[in-house]
Amino acid sequence: MQAGKTNFAKPLILVWTACIVIFLYTPMVSVVLASFSRKRYFSFPVENWDTRWYEKAFTSLSVRDLLFTSFSVAALVTICSVVLAFFGALAFARYDWKGRKLFQKIVLLPIFFPQAVLGLALLLWFSELGIITSWVTAVFAHMIWITPIVTLIVSIQVYSFDPALEEAAMDMGATRLQTLRDVTIPVLSPGLISGGVFAFLLSWGNFPLSLFTTGADQTVPEWLYAKMVSGYTPMVPTLGSLMMAGAAISLFVMYILYSLYKMRQKRRFAA
Amino acid sequence: MIRWLMQPGVRAAVPISILLLLGFIGPLLMVTGYSFMPPRTFSLTGTPTLANFISIISDSYYISFLWSVGLAAITVLILLVICYPVSYGMAKMFGPWANLVTMIIAVPLLVSENIRLFGWVLFLLKNGIADGSLQYLFGIHLPSILYKVPAIILGLVYVYLPFMLFPLVIGLSMVPNAVKEAAFDLGASRFQVFREIEVPLAMPGILIGSLLVFVLALGSLAESKILGGQAVIMIADDIESAFTFAQNWPKGAMLSLLLISSSGCLIFFLFKRIDLDRIIGRR
Repeated sequence: MQAGKTNFAKPLILVWTACIVIFLYTPMVSVVLASFSRKRYFSFPVENWDTRWYEKAFTSLSVRDLLFTSFSVAALVTICSVVLAFFGALAFARYDWKGRKLFQKIVLLPIFFPQAVLGLALLLWFSELGIITSWVTAVFAHMIWITPIVTLIVSIQVYSFDPALEEAAMDMGATRLQTLRDVTIPVLSPGLISGGVFAFLLSWGNFPLSLFTTGADQTVPEWLYAKMVSGYTPMVPTLGSLMMAGAAISLFVMYILYSLYKMRQKRRFAA
Repeated sequence: MIRWLMQPGVRAAVPISILLLLGFIGPLLMVTGYSFMPPRTFSLTGTPTLANFISIISDSYYISFLWSVGLAAITVLILLVICYPVSYGMAKMFGPWANLVTMIIAVPLLVSENIRLFGWVLFLLKNGIADGSLQYLFGIHLPSILYKVPAIILGLVYVYLPFMLFPLVIGLSMVPNAVKEAAFDLGASRFQVFREIEVPLAMPGILIGSLLVFVLALGSLAESKILGGQAVIMIADDIESAFTFAQNWPKGAMLSLLLISSSGCLIFFLFKRIDLDRIIGRR
């Protein structure tokens, strides 16, 4: 009797899931469609398909500046937050120590925090300390939100990590540094890589924190927002599509790295 | 004390603790300090006063606060209904395909919120994708919801969907199948199993998802600005304008403090009820 009911429910759930996926991708498809439209003001169906806005974007110096700023922020955030999150995750999940439960909660708190308010609080903080805001302060601001997320991702890997591996290496005479380099980091590398990719992409696309902490510099999401509010230009969907392409490429690179890692592991076990 | 500091766990916790002390706890304490300073001052040296609090509760700020709370609550309810079947499928039905579905749903999170909301603007715009297609295919023209309250709700539901979905998946996969089968064998109806077994056992996931979405939606800024076109002022808008246009830092700080402490209470309640090791470390 129960099997009959489940069979009836399954197609419904499948269709509903497909609807949700379409819902999630609708705006992204809309942006890409608009970016290929020749008209100055978007209307649908698109009458003249054109790539001239892309040509404009690639030759524009200000676009290059924007992309460079966004990239520098994201790259620095990635490096710093992965290093901090590596140790943070060990404290979060690997070791047992007094105060760990409290540490876990404090680390997760910034994720729950409204980002716009955090950005404003940091703006106040910087000006009180006499620090002039620029893209460097934006790196710091992004890290407050992104490092906890990366810590969480790496922690999931750490929970499945067998501490006996480290102990075995130490028993055989490896120093602390050797153990870290040859055992801990390789075993945790899938978590570190996916954490790094997340860090990069979340920083690359972040808007509420950048808005208040970049000072005179501007990242792409900020520029897009300024243009969205002040008036439509076809460069908005074009740059938006480029941002999405950037995200897709990073994800693809992560996927390749992950497959290579899997293959190497397989070969190692076969040998 | 020294012994405690020498533990490897404590030493590993030091770097991130310093970061959060300098970039999270410090700024928050300062905002708290500012919220008790006299209005329109720019230093922390004034005499502490409740003037900001009084001017906020005697002014019309409660309207934007109520709008934020209302919109956040509606978002949570809608998301619970639309995410439940999907997460049920991901936890119990899709098997190996669940990972692929997870990926597909997580990818949009990595695209800037701005761009995705702007995509909705293009979709809903007059002569935009929805309107244009309807005119082209059926020759009908419907009024657009863009720059009205439903568009803000759409934006909130859209942006926070994954934050409801993934905790629900975790919650639902914590429900053992055997318990449900036993209930069915004892003659429980489908609804009884749902009410008496599934929901209570999946409660940690339901709670995390609901509170996460509620807190994030409460402090949201971009949805009402981009899709709402200022049809409704949300509390984060008020905070931003107090800091920027009005140049009244103490008032902005007090508004932030009120927002933070109300979400803080909810988070505190959440953290008291769940065990992080069990939920994250579950294999």
